[in-house]
Amino acid sequence: MRTQFPPSSAHGSPSPTDRRLSALVRHLGVGDHSASSMESQDPNPAISPSATAAFSGDSVFANIVQAPEDPILGVTVAYNKDPSPVKLNLGVGAYRTEEGKPLVLNVVRRAEQLIINDQSRVKEYLPITGMADFNKLSAKLIFGTDSPAIQENRIATVQCLSGTGSLRVGAEFLVKHYHNRTIYIPQPTWGNHPKVFTMAGLSVKSYRYYDPATRGLNFQGLLEDLGSAPSGAIVLLHACAHNPTGVDPTTEQWEHIRQLVRSKGLLPFFDSAYQGFASGSLDTDAQSVRMFVADGGECLAAQSYAKNMGLYGERVGALSIVCRTADVATRVESQLKLVIRPMYSNPPIHGASIVATIFKDRDMYTEWTIELKAMADRIISMRQQLFDALRARGTPGDWSHIVKQIGMFTFTGLNTEQVASMTKEYHIYMTSDGRISMAGLSSRTVPHLADAIHAAVTRVA
Amino acid sequence: MKSGVVWRCLRRRSMSTSVIDWWDNVGIAPKDPILSITEAYFADSSPRKINLGVGAYRDDEGKPVVLQCVRDAQAKIAGCEFLESLSRQGSMKLVDESVKLAYGESSDVVKEGRFAGVQALSGTGACRLFAEFQRRFRPEAQIYLPAPTWSNHRNIWRDAQVPQRTFRYYNLESKILHFEALMDDVKNAPNYSFFLLHPCAHNPTGVDPTEEQWREISYQFKVKNHFPFFDMAYQGFASGDLDRDAQAIRIFLNDGHLIGCAQSFAKNMGLYGQRVGCLSILCKDAKQAISVKSQLQQIARAMYSNPPVYGALLVSTILDDPDLRNLWVKELKVMADRIIKIRAVLRKNLLELGSPLNWDHITNQVGMFCYSGLTPEQVDQLTNKFHIYMTRDGRISMAGVTTENVAYLANAIHKVTKSGKES
Repeated sequence: MRTQFPPSSAHGSPSPTDRRLSALVRHLGVGDHSASSMESQDPNPAISPSATAAFSGDSVFANIVQAPEDPILGVTVAYNKDPSPVKLNLGVGAYRTEEGKPLVLNVVRRAEQLIINDQSRVKEYLPITGMADFNKLSAKLIFGTDSPAIQENRIATVQCLSGTGSLRVGAEFLVKHYHNRTIYIPQPTWGNHPKVFTMAGLSVKSYRYYDPATRGLNFQGLLEDLGSAPSGAIVLLHACAHNPTGVDPTTEQWEHIRQLVRSKGLLPFFDSAYQGFASGSLDTDAQSVRMFVADGGECLAAQSYAKNMGLYGERVGALSIVCRTADVATRVESQLKLVIRPMYSNPPIHGASIVATIFKDRDMYTEWTIELKAMADRIISMRQQLFDALRARGTPGDWSHIVKQIGMFTFTGLNTEQVASMTKEYHIYMTSDGRISMAGLSSRTVPHLADAIHAAVTRVA
Repeated sequence: MKSGVVWRCLRRRSMSTSVIDWWDNVGIAPKDPILSITEAYFADSSPRKINLGVGAYRDDEGKPVVLQCVRDAQAKIAGCEFLESLSRQGSMKLVDESVKLAYGESSDVVKEGRFAGVQALSGTGACRLFAEFQRRFRPEAQIYLPAPTWSNHRNIWRDAQVPQRTFRYYNLESKILHFEALMDDVKNAPNYSFFLLHPCAHNPTGVDPTEEQWREISYQFKVKNHFPFFDMAYQGFASGDLDRDAQAIRIFLNDGHLIGCAQSFAKNMGLYGQRVGCLSILCKDAKQAISVKSQLQQIARAMYSNPPVYGALLVSTILDDPDLRNLWVKELKVMADRIIKIRAVLRKNLLELGSPLNWDHITNQVGMFCYSGLTPEQVDQLTNKFHIYMTRDGRISMAGVTTENVAYLANAIHKVTKSGKES
């Protein structure tokens, strides 16, 4: 009993559907199976179409709708589509040179060359916790070489996939082992923060942070909100160069925050994505974290080398958990492995090799600090130039926040309508919250941006 | 002891900043059964020690290998000016080349873009992304894992919070596929169940269905409307032929299944530490593929934002360059052939030693691993007396066996088994 498929193939080559049908029919042909295997089969050749068969029925995932575009990465997508010669991408926070080009640090190129030329190096698996040298040196970088917590072996450090990966692993660890599942994040914060924490199973609340009136820190609000958080709650703190606002607490304010956090028994989780990039000094940019470690208490810290080493795509980072004792740190590390193994088994080797190579060589390390300072200085110079340009145009409003804010981003204070008009009239691409990436500016393009801001402020409500 | 407690309390109260024992409840985690073997091996100072634990390829000198095609690709990339844009392209290219490898160069699915493909963190990462995706969009579903399977599969679906069951796969006595039991379990599972399948070189048993058996499994999957998810970690490594090793997938594709597939380049390109892989999910049409892909990217974004570029660049450079690709295919065959050959040598040695047991499975099994049939007690003896390291389920990574150590290994196995007791 054979069904004739396809019904008529006289015209041209069979369609994909026909081909699939033919394949199925061939497979079902009575003579194709050996006697023994036929016994266990359904003798009825009329099968209902499988939900996973392409030719009829639907995918098991048919109900899936398209996910919304990531708001930050979506800006670059829109920018790429724009044919205007004066377009400016001030969206994603990747460093650009004065010529508007991405930058591979010289010291990184050197390190890569060394790695490639080293024939003895083999690309085997790293341990689950990553490269040991890299971990040790990362901890030293953020906590300070003479940190007592390091000397007392109280820190569990694991290599992770940049800042995001470090945050996710830390969050998953907390969900598994910590008694409180609530994390307080600043308002506003990096768009991906709530998603990372929610996907890990934490419940996300926010604390006041940015004051739109002053374009500075809402210190009172921050203290009130953290003060009323339940004891034991987790608190996300941006170590420096707050993203997206660029507004950081002063040293005095940090001390105040520290006291509050400790007295309320809150657990600090630092996100350090810009060490060295903010002020140009690695130590200065780690002050906040070191303050918390100095009091003997515990905390988590996520580090990223995406910006300060320009290693964006290589996904290099580290998660450190500062514990009370070395014994606790050992146990914590063992549990971190159980989080990592079912996620991706072990971290990627390339980026961490580069970082470790640089850190272990005195000259290369020095070279890095110089190149890092050059990047930070360029950003600081852009801030000054933009501020001066707006003042020169007599643009209404107080623009001092441009030079007061720190790091790669400026929270301009422009509203969504103003941002939209800047995109439309001036081909300026930025996130709709008014955040601009200073790294995307150059001396050449500052005037164009100043014109755009001026127009937006004077013409659009 | 009491005074110690009092002292601790006092100390806490006297500090203006309260220091709390957050992690007292954190116990020491059990070591990973596979990776801890290598740790133990490194700690052993015996000159005769052999590491047959983790499945990383070794040449006949017992050395890890960087393929020449990889070195060439590295040199090619190092000379490149426009690394950032290359990197962006590298990931897309990786996905395009990966799906062609898995589904065939002339596959309709690929030509018509009826797949959602994303770069993943090797095989583990691809499986985890799929598990998370499955949980989100088919929350009622569970996953059927073969008994046995790679131990980390259980961890992956557990952490993604997808309930798991097993289906019978390996026949312990006969050391072959338990085909009838497998088919029974496939039939008895509720319709629309999700199954994890190893398309070639099953880990840990090395036992694969025949082509005919795959066809029957595929047929039964149609009857039951099951979802087939393939974890392909050894394409090219099993038989030495890339297309042949993907045959199971091609059979399912031909039958019209909309499968999911995890691919790893850890072993077949020797890129272990780079964490390069691909997850693809076949869809009804290109439009649906866009939706599914966008959701996968969202899941990845909350885990690590983007995957690492370097490994993807290496793979796409190799696959895109005809000369490098040919070189790779040759080198892959050399690796696979060495494994096939050393299996024969090991078996021959055991027979020559006069072992009373049947060691056919050593040469019948496929891929990097030999499921030896040794009991945990016998494995312990091998480790303690002979400094031979393997996982306690008796899984031997044949990649760790060399011309130099095969006699020693055969002798040790013979010694611990010659009383005739085997599982």
